[in-house]
Amino acid sequence: MTTKPGRRRVTLFVTCIVDQVYPGIGQATAALLESQGVEVRVPRGLTCCGQMAFNAGFRDEAYAVAGRTIEVLRGSDDVVLPSGSCATMIRHLYPELFQRSPYAGPTADLISRTYEISEYLVDVLGVADVGARYSGSLAYHDACHGLRFLGLGRQARTLLGSVAGAEVKPLPGHDQCCGFGGLFAVKQGAISEAMLDQKLAGIAEAQADLIVTGDASCMTQIAGGLSRKGSKTKARHLVEVLANMTDARQ
Amino acid sequence: MTTQSISFYERVDGALHDASLKTALSRATERFIGNRAGAIGALSDEAALRDTARAIRAGALSRLDELLAQLATNVESRGGTVCWASDGEEARTYIAELAKARGVRSIVKSKSMASEEIHLNHALEEAGLEVVETDLGEYIIQLAGETPSHIIAPSIHKTREQVSELFHQHLGVPLTDDIQTMTQTARTALRQRFLKADMGISGVNFGVADEGAVVIVENEGNARLSTTVPRIHVAIMGIERIVARMEDLGVMLQVLARSATGQKLSVYTSMISGPARSGEEDGPEEFHLVLLDNGRSKILGGEYAEALLCIRCGACLNACPVYQAIGGHAYGGVYSGPIGAVLTPLLQPDLPEAYMLPQASSLCGACQEVCPVRIAIPDMLLRLRADAVKAGKAHPVEKAAMRGYVMTMNNPAVYRAGGRAARLGSRLIGRKGRIRRLPPPLSGWTHGRDFPTLSGTSFGEWWEEREKKRKEAAQ
Ligand code: SF4
Repeated sequence: MTTKPGRRRVTLFVTCIVDQVYPGIGQATAALLESQGVEVRVPRGLTCCGQMAFNAGFRDEAYAVAGRTIEVLRGSDDVVLPSGSCATMIRHLYPELFQRSPYAGPTADLISRTYEISEYLVDVLGVADVGARYSGSLAYHDACHGLRFLGLGRQARTLLGSVAGAEVKPLPGHDQCCGFGGLFAVKQGAISEAMLDQKLAGIAEAQADLIVTGDASCMTQIAGGLSRKGSKTKARHLVEVLANMTDARQ
Repeated sequence: MTTQSISFYERVDGALHDASLKTALSRATERFIGNRAGAIGALSDEAALRDTARAIRAGALSRLDELLAQLATNVESRGGTVCWASDGEEARTYIAELAKARGVRSIVKSKSMASEEIHLNHALEEAGLEVVETDLGEYIIQLAGETPSHIIAPSIHKTREQVSELFHQHLGVPLTDDIQTMTQTARTALRQRFLKADMGISGVNFGVADEGAVVIVENEGNARLSTTVPRIHVAIMGIERIVARMEDLGVMLQVLARSATGQKLSVYTSMISGPARSGEEDGPEEFHLVLLDNGRSKILGGEYAEALLCIRCGACLNACPVYQAIGGHAYGGVYSGPIGAVLTPLLQPDLPEAYMLPQASSLCGACQEVCPVRIAIPDMLLRLRADAVKAGKAHPVEKAAMRGYVMTMNNPAVYRAGGRAARLGSRLIGRKGRIRRLPPPLSGWTHGRDFPTLSGTSFGEWWEEREKKRKEAAQ
């Protein structure tokens, strides 16, 4: 991919969970983009992509929230999210939500400039090494939506492969769902926990210091299980590793 | 989340605490997944083959009426009889009356999900007929008095130890853990039944319109016997299971075998286009084809039409982490797993908990990834969830939560204030950075997982602060 002349500018959509629960992931994403010479904008009033309501079947509610998000994201900037899942909501599910609505046009426009962060770094900016360091071992969990609806995985592996000092280990069952699934994790808690147990078994086998993934939601599920089991392994978002921010939180 | 749904949760709970089920499922699904991956991986043009398979199926469905008429005409011209059954009742009545008229007493059956769908065995037994399942897996669950828990491996939920115990009890043979021995036991028991049977009932994998034939694939040889030894053969076919031309069949049989069992082709492929003709040794005197609609034509042309592309290979069940955890019976319908969660609300809408099934998915997409005809199952599950909400099935707590969600997300001031309160609250109930017990309705989360305590500032607040400082510094 070629880089346009002049300074690149992106709108950073950190997503609601990062904004409220993991501000560090937002800071890391901004730092990564800025370190590549990209100017970052964060529009005031950007909150949520609407996925929670859409996934629960509440389409009117999803329409209200996502419709407002479309309005806030109008413009010409590329939109970058540190979440394969929310990027999937926009790219894969907005077309169904907004078909035959006044938002159909703006949706197509938004989709054409929406990227998940690893995709943006590797495929758009052409970066393979962000100059990160980590002394320890890590293993990568493919979060489902990014993997299966956006075809991600290769980008994160490329970036992790060039982290100085890091030993990248294989994760058995790396593409098996962690069991999060949004409200599913609470509404179908027992099944969700059984799926998490499978995931944790693979993680125990991998024997890595860090489990790295591209979605804060899956990270919460995995970290929650690891913490409850008293495991020494920690779960971190990809951008935290790439921005040398793995120690910023417990 | 209604009182009716309690039994769904109870079934799930029972399944999750069933150690033998866990053993049986993980042994079998792992084997299926490995075999499929090997067989699909061996194809150089896997993607193209799946595209072709999908196009063949979609093309056939787009002119279903015409193809079904062609199939029926061709079958009849060879001396077969066709029954158009609009629902299970019509199909059951037709078969039971046929049996009565022809003085049938004993029936052998080979595997057929369509017959499960219309609870045929039960109806035939009520009519005083003796029905024996001849597929090994079906035979096992018939002995156990159970229903299939997998589209292609009906007894997948049973460990070999349980099967041995079952044979020991019902057939008086010694316990063994040798699968060969168990298979042999079943064969011996079934041989007598084949010879005695007056009627054989089978399913259909594909109807081929231009050839006027039905195709049945299998690995045990029991379908071949069921369809040739008894004097009457009745084949039950869901109306959607059709392809236009013989040329299409090759592709479909390949993707079916590779996706289902990981074979290049199934061991036996039977093509049946009518009763035995004079001079032919093999084959029944009568051939009846039951074309079963049972809700299918209503799906056609609607937003779930894609579900009719399904060729019942079972790959999506094996790949599904939910199915792997709870097995097929927990779903409560005839079809289980991801495609079952789509089909059950459509084909068995009267089942009180059918609307719950689409909820029991993390939407991970593993089903769609393996589906040989690329059915977008997660998208349909999402639509079914929306249907359930529209039908007023959502729990009041969830409805209130969604109203609150919109109010919060669409009002930055509320969002900020709410976030601040939640972050503060998290630090009040958490210790050392983690929360071990959240209040309802989120208590489900902390049943088996911790939640982090949240920092004092949101990203948005941090960013604004940073921007402000930058501006000040620049001045
Ligand atoms: S939905 Fe696809 S994968 Fe599942 S049984 Fe049908 S054809 Fe096979």
